[in-house]
Amino acid sequence: MGVTNGNPRTLFEKVWDSHIVRPQTAETPAVLYIDLHLVHEVTSPQAFSMLRERGLKVRCPDKTLGTMDHSTPTTPRNADGIIPILDMQAAKQLDVMRQNCADFGIRLYDLGSENQGIVHVIGPEQGLTQPGMTIVCGDSHTSTHGAFGALAFGIGTSEVGHVLATQTLLQNKPKTMAVRVNGRLQPGVTAKDIILAVIAKIGVGGGTGYVFEYMGEAIRSLNMDGRMTICNMSIEGGARAGMIAPDDITFEYMAGRPYAPKAADWDRAVAQWRQLPTDDGASFDNEVVLNADELAPMITYGTNPGMGMQIVDVVPDPDKLSDPSAKVALDKALRYMDLQPGERLLGKRVDVVFLGSCTNSRISDLREAARILKGRKVADGVRLLVVPGSQQVKKQAEDEGLDRVFREAGAEWREAGCSMCIAMNGDQLQPGQYAVSTSNRNFEGRQGKGGRTFLASPLTAAATAINGVISDAREFVLEYA
Amino acid sequence: MEPIKSFTGKIVALPINDIDTDQIIPARFLKTTDKEGLGKALFSDWRYESDGSPKPDFVLNRPEHQGASVLVGGHNFGCGSSREHAPWALLGGGFKAVVSTYFADIFRNNALKNGLLPITVDEQTHQQLISLAEEDPNTAVTIDLQTLTLTLPDGRRVEFPIDSFSKYCLLNGVDQLGFLLSLENEVVAYEESHPARVNTLVG
Repeated sequence: MGVTNGNPRTLFEKVWDSHIVRPQTAETPAVLYIDLHLVHEVTSPQAFSMLRERGLKVRCPDKTLGTMDHSTPTTPRNADGIIPILDMQAAKQLDVMRQNCADFGIRLYDLGSENQGIVHVIGPEQGLTQPGMTIVCGDSHTSTHGAFGALAFGIGTSEVGHVLATQTLLQNKPKTMAVRVNGRLQPGVTAKDIILAVIAKIGVGGGTGYVFEYMGEAIRSLNMDGRMTICNMSIEGGARAGMIAPDDITFEYMAGRPYAPKAADWDRAVAQWRQLPTDDGASFDNEVVLNADELAPMITYGTNPGMGMQIVDVVPDPDKLSDPSAKVALDKALRYMDLQPGERLLGKRVDVVFLGSCTNSRISDLREAARILKGRKVADGVRLLVVPGSQQVKKQAEDEGLDRVFREAGAEWREAGCSMCIAMNGDQLQPGQYAVSTSNRNFEGRQGKGGRTFLASPLTAAATAINGVISDAREFVLEYA
Repeated sequence: MEPIKSFTGKIVALPINDIDTDQIIPARFLKTTDKEGLGKALFSDWRYESDGSPKPDFVLNRPEHQGASVLVGGHNFGCGSSREHAPWALLGGGFKAVVSTYFADIFRNNALKNGLLPITVDEQTHQQLISLAEEDPNTAVTIDLQTLTLTLPDGRRVEFPIDSFSKYCLLNGVDQLGFLLSLENEVVAYEESHPARVNTLVG
């Protein structure tokens, strides 16, 4: 798999090369084999319809897994332990998902089952996400799985159909970009701040056509949850995939998970995975470098994830931009956000704080927020939603007593799902409301029509919930550091 | 899918950078299990007041721009989510092509699989098209898939890139799945030398 003979190769090139069913020709793109296909209710129904119309089967149900996450309610269970669905259209979409998985022989983590959750949380937590694999899903945040050294990217519904029918995809080979984060993070600065800083630097289109490989001391010292946060938002910089070389931290996370190899298979697998990291002397098409020591908590002020700044900074002035189209974009964003150039965000009142999403809903994220919230109260007039990424995360958090910390602080402790990140399930902002959100997109209306989103880390979210205004979590972190 | 050779269509400009797929079609419209009928949700939050009435000053609602089939967007069109509902909504809204200086990768792929042409042009042509659309709403361009050219009203022709396989499929009105299905033997051969990494059906 990763054995180098001759030319030094990058992690991406090793995974790419080992999945070529048919090389690229002058007439056709490369045909890539897919090791794992994750399927959810929103981007799959039309693909299953296509299979039925053409009389096709799912070629490899054993390499396919379904879950429900986007349109599922996260409201607490009723007395019978059922999660009630009030939205009839969502209920129908979930029924269609159940039927499709049953008809085509696909395992489904149904709503309410013990393994259900956000597709990018359950893959790693079940041990399905493994180094060196190709993983796809009809969801742009599939890049998350790259944290394990997998080549993982989002696809459209036509391509979902291609993978269901053939277990392959047509792909033009992307370029590679090294994203090097040197140095060490200061207390109170997290993986989320790294990736928001990367995107602020390169812009939301800066990674278009590339696969990122994150490297450097600051990346290596992150745990897997932090690495997933980083890879998750690769797409917000325009890159379809982001990867991190597997190491002992990766293997320690994976060992003993349900689908991870066992016993002698495990040893063999680890030996192969150790061959995956980018060889010395391998070259990238592009490179961006950040120094972790200089990073501070980040927050977005605009309507795309590239419009971000250090939390102590002030909102930039469109008149100071030289590119006329960038000026128009910033002007439009500030009007939508109702912010003024030069305004400080620290101290700005918010209505909602959302802790969740495939970016920041894992156990480490909940632990970090809970450390700040413990023994404190959410400010009057602020709604704090805590939405664990999966039923397994929820259970672990409850075993650790984190749910009590959140509840006693006055937060809502919810069932697992995408929730207010995409606001399809009833969890949404009202027009004009401000939210600090640990999710990945601050696009206009993303969290509810007319809603205004500030993206930030779980620490910033927790500190903001307590103070009721956008806050620098370092004041709290220094207490327990 | 209908074959596409060439067509002439009216252009309309929405010169905003980084138009994300949440603007093209907001997530609340994704609870459908169908591809049809999404045209009415196209740019919904920009196009309609909260009571559902059209915003009169939004460019796609202007009477002089009705019937436009070529949308000129800002840089990095189609970023964000992978939802194929975005090209479905654009096609449903009567568009056959989108012009930009560059497209987000997943949107571009999705568009090509549905017969919506993503036309990448240089900055100068892009600016010219925006100005033309704003000066004269009846401005039309001709897009020829065979020669991969866009012809401006002054007769100037600019080339745009589309990979040869997508071009072949679009010209012949065939989808890309047929080709993949024809490779079954090669896929089997691959599988024989590459054992499965996981089995989701056991355990």
